[in-house]
Amino acid sequence: MTVAVDFKNVDIVFGADQAGSLAMIDQGATRAEILEKTGNVLGCAGASLTVHEGEISVLMGLSGSGKSTLLRAVNRLNVVSRGQVLVKDGDRTVDVVTCDEATLRRLRQKQVAMVFQQFGLLPWRTVEENVGFGLELAGVPEAERKARVQKQLQLVHLDQWSKKYAHELSGGMQQRVGLARAFATEAPILLMDEPFSALDPLIRTKLQDELLQLQAELKKTIIFVSHDLEEALKIGSHITIMEGGRIVQTGAPEDIVLRPANDYVRDFIANVNPLSVLTAWNVMRDRRDLEQGDNGWVWLDRRKTTRFKIDEHGLVAAAERDGKPAVWVSCADVERQPEEGAQVFWANPGTPLKTVMLAMHRSQTAPVALFDEGSRFVGAIGIRDVLSAVLRR
Amino acid sequence: MDPISKFLTDYKIPIGPWGKAFFSFLTDNFDTIFRAFSNGLNFILDGAVDLLLMVPPVLLALVIAIIAWFLQRSRPLAIGVFLGLIFIINQNLWKQTVQTLVLVVAAAAMAMAIGVPLGIWAAHKPKVYRVMLPVLDLMQTLPTFVYLIPVLTLFGLGNAPGLIVTIIFVIPTAVRLTHLGVVSVPKAIIEAGEAFGATKRQLLWKVELPSALPTIMAGLTQSIMLSLSMVVFAALIGAGGLGTEINRALGSRRIDLGLEAGLAIVVLAIVLDRMTRIGVGGKK
Repeated sequence: MTVAVDFKNVDIVFGADQAGSLAMIDQGATRAEILEKTGNVLGCAGASLTVHEGEISVLMGLSGSGKSTLLRAVNRLNVVSRGQVLVKDGDRTVDVVTCDEATLRRLRQKQVAMVFQQFGLLPWRTVEENVGFGLELAGVPEAERKARVQKQLQLVHLDQWSKKYAHELSGGMQQRVGLARAFATEAPILLMDEPFSALDPLIRTKLQDELLQLQAELKKTIIFVSHDLEEALKIGSHITIMEGGRIVQTGAPEDIVLRPANDYVRDFIANVNPLSVLTAWNVMRDRRDLEQGDNGWVWLDRRKTTRFKIDEHGLVAAAERDGKPAVWVSCADVERQPEEGAQVFWANPGTPLKTVMLAMHRSQTAPVALFDEGSRFVGAIGIRDVLSAVLRR
Repeated sequence: MDPISKFLTDYKIPIGPWGKAFFSFLTDNFDTIFRAFSNGLNFILDGAVDLLLMVPPVLLALVIAIIAWFLQRSRPLAIGVFLGLIFIINQNLWKQTVQTLVLVVAAAAMAMAIGVPLGIWAAHKPKVYRVMLPVLDLMQTLPTFVYLIPVLTLFGLGNAPGLIVTIIFVIPTAVRLTHLGVVSVPKAIIEAGEAFGATKRQLLWKVELPSALPTIMAGLTQSIMLSLSMVVFAALIGAGGLGTEINRALGSRRIDLGLEAGLAIVVLAIVLDRMTRIGVGGKK
């Protein structure tokens, strides 16, 4: 995978005494200590993060945690005090921290587009003039600009509103204009600074869905700032949690939920519904950890109600439930299956935990087997595995 | 006199003599330049007045009403402008009104031409604004009569000194309102401009000025109104127009004449205000 944006030991300090503050950062001083000693505000310290092409990397944290500060270092809206921010620019990479004005401007026009929390639309311009703003700054000829703007407006379903002024639109529509403006530049990297936070919950969910749809098509690299963990878990392929200007934990959504690095992260995820992120893979016991019986039989659960006979290819040869032969059925069809005692459900590692639980419910708490794409047996989930995952014990 | 006050007055700082010496120096050395400038300016202003007076008054009133319609897209406003100007013709003050109009429009235009760039500069450089602020205060609060005298000695009598005095009085407003407009451009849209790679110049023309335009236009309206208020003072140093009529009415205690000229100024003020104000008609 190609790296799109690479933060390397980024320190950002706001204020006059840069050297003094950096020295304090090196000694591990907190934001409050630095403020008291130097009068400077610590934006972020020692931040290293790699964002790969095509992923949605979410920066999370409470307000003041430095997440927006770090994001805005990518297009130098915030000046980095020390460290590197490497941004992919065609075939090469540019260090935004040290590059000259002309390079920075080209990056901003062609490589990195931005969507703002308060939309940042120009109220005296119509919707189409707003969408064309970035292209206009880059000197794209009018005819081409018009065509590209029309395309973007259709993409965000605003083509009928193109002649309206930005302030005549609702908040959700205004942010669509903001999205279209960013997409219109065809920049591969997109910075989104709490883009949906100012919207009401229904519209927010809708725009999140639309963003995911667009992303499936456009495959941008998105760095997304949010203070809402549900949002982060929904759209992020990676989540980075920040506190007091420092990165606390980086990982896939389920890593964060299953293995919080400290109490700060634990507090963050306290109210998250684990069912929205966990998959069968996250809770299963590996087949090697299961209790082995004779002749290739493997017990799927600790209570020894269900067992599989596995052949040398890893495929299931026979199944037994409560001492009687049973059939194995896919979880995907759980809704359509009659409730019978003699069946064992199986799932794929990517199956949502919710579906697995439904299957357990249908089969009087029988364990669920996990098969990989080649139908090989990889592990099993018992009722206790589910409970401990949901309760995070 | 008590001894302390006597002591202080004995060592009076010679501000007056210094100022006088400064202006004597200017008149002694650069008199021809100032006079030439003054003559040139007078020629232009008088020429403009003569040109406008060659047009039949009713026709000119109609043209101004049409301009009003173009600016504001409002028929009632255009009709109102026309009727107001007809009233002035009816009062037989047309010539004086045209003289005043030329002076006011020229002064406001010059004040904006100088004040808007200064205001933008001040908005971008807070330090510049801090230096500029006391000068602006001085220009606005120094009683008008005080700078009538040096302007008179430098430029002589006529329309030109009247114009210069008016410009000095009006510039601070143009600067202040432009400054206000540019510094109150929302940070969010400036950042949007920067984030999409605007150059400094693009930022000014495509973000800052459009955003500040309503405030700058308010500055224009204010400039015109303030210029009108200076008409009577400018008349004291020889600028023609309605101000001259009012001064004459004052000198000869003619209530009727004062009332007529005064009303003409009010009508002219309303006409110009409504023509230049943003958001009067249907247009935004």
